[in-house]
Amino acid sequence: MRSVGQRLLLYLPLIKARQTALLLITGFAGYVSSQPGVLSWETIAGLLGALALAISGSTVLNMVFDRDIDARMSRTASRPLPAGKIGDREALTLGLAISSAGLLWAFSLSIVFGSVVFAGLFTDVVIYTLWLKRRTAWSIIWGGISGGMPILAGRVLGTGTVDYIGILLAVSILLWIPTHILTFSLTGKHSDDYRRAGIPTFPQVYGQGKTRIIIALSSTGAACSIALGCFALGLEGGYIRLLSVLTAGIIGLAIFSIYRPSDRVDFGLFKYASLYMLGAMLMLVLGTLK
Amino acid sequence: MKKISILDRLVLLATAHAAGFQIIKGLEGCGFWPSLYFTITFGAIILSCLLLILFGFDILGHRMVVVAATLIPLSLSTGIVSVYLPRFHAAYATFAAAGFILIVVTRIFSTDRTATVALVWIHGIAGLMIFAAPLILSINGITPPLFALVGIGGGVNGLAGLLLAFLRMDRPLLSQERIYSLMPALLLFTTALFLIGMSAD
Repeated sequence: MRSVGQRLLLYLPLIKARQTALLLITGFAGYVSSQPGVLSWETIAGLLGALALAISGSTVLNMVFDRDIDARMSRTASRPLPAGKIGDREALTLGLAISSAGLLWAFSLSIVFGSVVFAGLFTDVVIYTLWLKRRTAWSIIWGGISGGMPILAGRVLGTGTVDYIGILLAVSILLWIPTHILTFSLTGKHSDDYRRAGIPTFPQVYGQGKTRIIIALSSTGAACSIALGCFALGLEGGYIRLLSVLTAGIIGLAIFSIYRPSDRVDFGLFKYASLYMLGAMLMLVLGTLK
Repeated sequence: MKKISILDRLVLLATAHAAGFQIIKGLEGCGFWPSLYFTITFGAIILSCLLLILFGFDILGHRMVVVAATLIPLSLSTGIVSVYLPRFHAAYATFAAAGFILIVVTRIFSTDRTATVALVWIHGIAGLMIFAAPLILSINGITPPLFALVGIGGGVNGLAGLLLAFLRMDRPLLSQERIYSLMPALLLFTTALFLIGMSAD
């Protein structure tokens, strides 16, 4: 019989801690962007707690429903579910429990906030994972929409309503997701993995060249969207200048990957995309809090 | 080929943060053109650091990185001219733009040797401007004495550029291993000198 500590350690890979942390940062940035005046630590704890539970819960549910394809991919075969370290029923119970707890907490803070969190969870688990992921490469759009929900939720919690700045910020995440995910599916090892698992990806359906063009266009779109959001928020010139520099980097790398494609450039772009989003969120927070 | 270490990455990250700070806070009230030039300077430093962190030192041998790195002396020298020698701003900006285009064209269409010669000349002129102008300005009391640090930073930056240029010409002044080991510290050192020097004025 494993101890509780060992059990909890087994649960950790189920929630994809780094991805969840990045989404929490976007949620926090969205909240700060609403310029709430005095930052209430209770509200921030509620925002982060509810989002952390809902995002982690949806990730656990994804892992439950995708356990068969995870078992066929070398990258994911050692995850707790396909490796048989955790039972399906136990993981399903855990996913439902923490998702429900996150939703309840979110609705207790605000109905609109709770609705946005629910929309993100529903889009991710039901539309993306259960319905579209195995059918079409375009499912990534829905994955992107659910990825944009935390930042929108954060802003909604601050403003009390869904406004155009929140939409712009959410669209920037939605358009950033292809850069993040598609570059990953381009690299040889992962591309073979997806093929083996029968998951349709852009490189398989449309070819690597067109996928790279889509990545460049979506990076540009994400950068424009976040820049418009920052302008609308009235960020000072210095923050806009630094954001422009980071944007030049992501667009430059995306264009470079079209002309000099290689696994190394794709992986570099994948990594840079995370740095870019982290940097953009930092600009948003610092620029608003100044 | 030297592998990039965690310490190298930390030094590069610190450099990127320092350059980012300068872009956000250090260019207030500079005016449009100087802000643009100095943003390019510190932006190129940030992107160089991030690319080194992500891809390692062998990226320094890539032709496009060499081109991008030229932006640092060209934009910094143009920024200095636009602030302190405004009469020559248009002429120098034209030289910098033409020089940059020449470097890009020779990198893409001509031999490695021609490209390196063009790079060394244009890099050299811009480096000389960055080195000499702050020293002369501070000696003459036009700027505070600490502004001379920008010139020293320019000198160190020019030295790093020359080390890389000669390495590409297969006439290395130091071993590749040694040059790559020095690069993160040189970038941090020059960025710090630029920051201190510019904040003094």
